[in-house]
Amino acid sequence: MIVILNGFEHEVAPNTNLADLVAKVSRAETGIAVAVNDEVVPRHAWSATPLSSGARIEVLTAVQGG
Amino acid sequence: MVDEFALGGDVWSSRLIMGTGGVPSLTILRDALIASGTQITTIAMRRVNASTSGSIFDLLKELHIAPLPNTAGCYTAGEAVLTAQLAREALGTDWIKLEVIADDFTLMPDPIETIAAATRLVTEGFVVLAYTNDDPVLASKLEAIGCAAVMPLGAPIGSGLGIRNPHNIELMRERIAAPIILDAGIGTASDATFAMELGCDGVLLASAVTRAEQPQLMAEAMKHAVLAGRKAYLAGRIPKRWHANASSPGRETSRLSKEMPIDSVNAQEAHRESPLF
Repeated sequence: MIVILNGFEHEVAPNTNLADLVAKVSRAETGIAVAVNDEVVPRHAWSATPLSSGARIEVLTAVQGG
Repeated sequence: MVDEFALGGDVWSSRLIMGTGGVPSLTILRDALIASGTQITTIAMRRVNASTSGSIFDLLKELHIAPLPNTAGCYTAGEAVLTAQLAREALGTDWIKLEVIADDFTLMPDPIETIAAATRLVTEGFVVLAYTNDDPVLASKLEAIGCAAVMPLGAPIGSGLGIRNPHNIELMRERIAAPIILDAGIGTASDATFAMELGCDGVLLASAVTRAEQPQLMAEAMKHAVLAGRKAYLAGRIPKRWHANASSPGRETSRLSKEMPIDSVNAQEAHRESPLF
């Protein structure tokens, strides 16, 4: 199925959970946060969060700015 | 004299908050942050990018500087609230510099979206430092909502034009008790000093340091500028007068009357009472 990861379409296996997907873009233990369909999902809940087709996932981190 | 800065439930000795945008490298930024003596520094939240090298968050941790995440790049209250929630999750801080921009050209804050976002974030327990126009009325409303500080612009972001409407900043100081942090527009050290002389509790600046020819040296200048302005504000400046007012003793009281320098005599002449302008 297809999900939208940081604005781009991404093919994932049907039973992929959020933790699996995040691991593809970042291995950071701290300093990143994830929202699915505009709702923040805390790190401890990632592995128990299934993905649905078309879900919008944002993975953010701190960068220089402001 | 101990002059501590109470902000967001903590007490700080530095009144200079640094931004991190525009620095060519983390090494240069590191040197500038140390030279500035800052204890609080802003960072932005962006999508994870595999090409990102080094971590600004790790650098701040290493330097024991509190991170102040911002909502830079947000144009609506909804975007700003989600960005603040993500920053809290990623960085483990309730602090947020709320910045809701109206458009790319002016980069000026959108007051309606800012009020809406501030209201929600305060309800959710955030310590909200709200970037705002130099409008005393709007600042009062942000204070009433429960913002921990208001951050009026001196001039547009990155312009280096200084404080274009100092009277508004003074009026704001008269009207509100919450900390006022002059944010945006600082070009050089005298601008930062002026902000503090007007009664601001702190100054936030980025470009003035990060885009200076020598960021580390300018950071050091800003540290002293903020200190100088704060001390001058506390000390209480002399009233302005139209005419000169001699600071040396008059001729009749001087033991050196025969050798009195010529400019001191001139100053004594000017000492005669004259109406103020």
